[in-house]
Amino acid sequence: MTTLAPMFIQGIGLLGPGLPSWPDSQATLRGDSPHQFVPTVLSPPPRLPPAERRRAGAVIRLAMAVAEEAIAHARVDPQTLATVFSSSGGEGSNCHSLCETLASPNPLISPTRFTNSVHNAASGYWHIAVGSRHTSTSLCAYDGSFGAGLIEAATLMHTNGEPLLLVAYDLPYPEPLNSVRPLPDNLGVALVLTSAPSLGGQSRSIAELRVEPLPARLAAPVATCGDVSLDALRTGMPAGAALPMLQGLARGVDGAACEMVLDYLPHLKLKIRLAAPFI
Amino acid sequence: MQPVAITQHTLATAIGIGRAATLAALRAGRTGLAPNQFLDAGLQGWIGEVEGVDAVVLPARLNEFDCRNNRLAWLTLEQDGFIDAVAKARARWGAERVGVFLGTSTSGLLQTELAYRHRQPDGSLPEGFRYAPTQNTYSVAAFASAALDLEGPSFVVSTACSSSAKVFGNAARMMAAGLIDAAVVGGVDSLCLTTLYGFNSLELLSSDICRPWDAGRRGLSIGEGASFALLERDADAPQGWLLGIGESNDGHHMSTPHPEGAGAIAAMRAALASAALQPQDIDYINLHGTATPSNDAAEDRAVAAVFGTRTPCSSTKGATGHTLGAAGGVEALICLLALQHGLMPGGLNVQTPDPQLQLNYLRENRAAPLRAILSNSFGFGGTNASLVLGAA
Repeated sequence: MTTLAPMFIQGIGLLGPGLPSWPDSQATLRGDSPHQFVPTVLSPPPRLPPAERRRAGAVIRLAMAVAEEAIAHARVDPQTLATVFSSSGGEGSNCHSLCETLASPNPLISPTRFTNSVHNAASGYWHIAVGSRHTSTSLCAYDGSFGAGLIEAATLMHTNGEPLLLVAYDLPYPEPLNSVRPLPDNLGVALVLTSAPSLGGQSRSIAELRVEPLPARLAAPVATCGDVSLDALRTGMPAGAALPMLQGLARGVDGAACEMVLDYLPHLKLKIRLAAPFI
Repeated sequence: MQPVAITQHTLATAIGIGRAATLAALRAGRTGLAPNQFLDAGLQGWIGEVEGVDAVVLPARLNEFDCRNNRLAWLTLEQDGFIDAVAKARARWGAERVGVFLGTSTSGLLQTELAYRHRQPDGSLPEGFRYAPTQNTYSVAAFASAALDLEGPSFVVSTACSSSAKVFGNAARMMAAGLIDAAVVGGVDSLCLTTLYGFNSLELLSSDICRPWDAGRRGLSIGEGASFALLERDADAPQGWLLGIGESNDGHHMSTPHPEGAGAIAAMRAALASAALQPQDIDYINLHGTATPSNDAAEDRAVAAVFGTRTPCSSTKGATGHTLGAAGGVEALICLLALQHGLMPGGLNVQTPDPQLQLNYLRENRAAPLRAILSNSFGFGGTNASLVLGAA
């Protein structure tokens, strides 16, 4: 397949069980300390005005937390970024609550719950919070949702070159849905990506990232995490598909470039190449 | 952008299943809306139900996908030779070079809503409930990929009511980037309780039939619909062209459009720029036109700001209802029918035109040769998409 133009990673956000932030997850990702499953703590997003902050459910808290971390890391004005949001299912507890109410006679559902149930709720709140009219999309490819976001981000970058924010995030369902779609916890990953190695005179980017979709029959095996507990997150959470790449970034790319295959769809994988950014 | 050939297309809504039935209903000015009798949803209002969805039987090999949304998808795929056209494209380009990008807002959520009514004594969902192929937002694209034997990149875009307009952009970009040579795009949204009661909770459902551009409009009528278009890198005899797409965000409010339509203006201007056309090159505009007081007022200002007030325009939601995540694709393909048959469909259900609205809103069908049409789709969360479609 054709090779897409390279992207440059300017900022990273990470929040999940035992992965409290990008800097505080370095030792775990490098393999210096074993991964421990400590449940994710979600906080109200400070950027939202008080009324919106109260209404912001778990999906908004998770997506905005990693988005905030990535833009702070990149030192970029979020108003200037297009966005790609990708999730397997949005806010599970909200969906459960709506279905419960709708199973009762003469259901009255809350308008806030309904508004927050749309798949693009996180993107909508984010663009309102940062006052951005740049294009945004909200994708889903079930367990391949991170791959969908990454291939769309790489395609957007290749075709228009504008800086963008990629946010992948997944949240668990309460029972009874948890039994049919078991997701162990919340996990979010965000990347600020640009088409040029430096961002407006700031320090150089973290790494160059190339993405190449490959039919599964031609691709090397999907990269694993090594650490058993971390690898359970990779296979158990759709956004966890990003973890081998984050491990590569945590180990650093100043030496040799590193190539690996990330999971996307059963028949299609994403080969990525991480290298030191050339300036 | 490089124009993309549309080599086959089909659709189903309350006004008809397939292109011929849709065209006949548009020509007759017939609405598909009827007073709500969906399940036991005791909401006063009108809905656009596609006839016969309940009776659709999926092929045995696709049984795990069985739910109302995928039945509607299959019913539609079977129209107008669409499956054969995709088979030809698959043979020409290879299954790995044909993408599948579909829009939906609720996918097979009805299946889950009904399952919650039949929970077992221990609270668990009924035996045989399947999450991934029905409820999950991606299920409709997984279903279409399996049904059409395609192995290219695929995902669902779920940006509420702009979803199935935006997928045309995803496909065009992937073609421009060289990742694929063809794509199946469109969208499917079927009736479910979440959207009926949800829009009702926001007081956006009209108890009367929806009346876009009417002075007394009170909100929308929800419909269901499906559309599929086959886009290819090149074609000997295309049915029409995707000429441009513009996308933007309001960054204003989750469920209310920007009052001046700032995001909508940006989307329309970007669509024209991407098609390398001027406003006067557009012969007809298919409006988002939901019939909520705020949408029609904001869209009227936005369209006037870009095009002035002379370009003929209408909303076809008085016929189909608002098919939500399917609306962008359905309306793009209504535009393609309009281009093919020189028909500007008049907007239905207007009793008293709103004197506050200034656009040249068609209330009757008008026949004229058409070269280029713009179609608007705006969604919750402030997502806007405008498509420019061109005659073959």
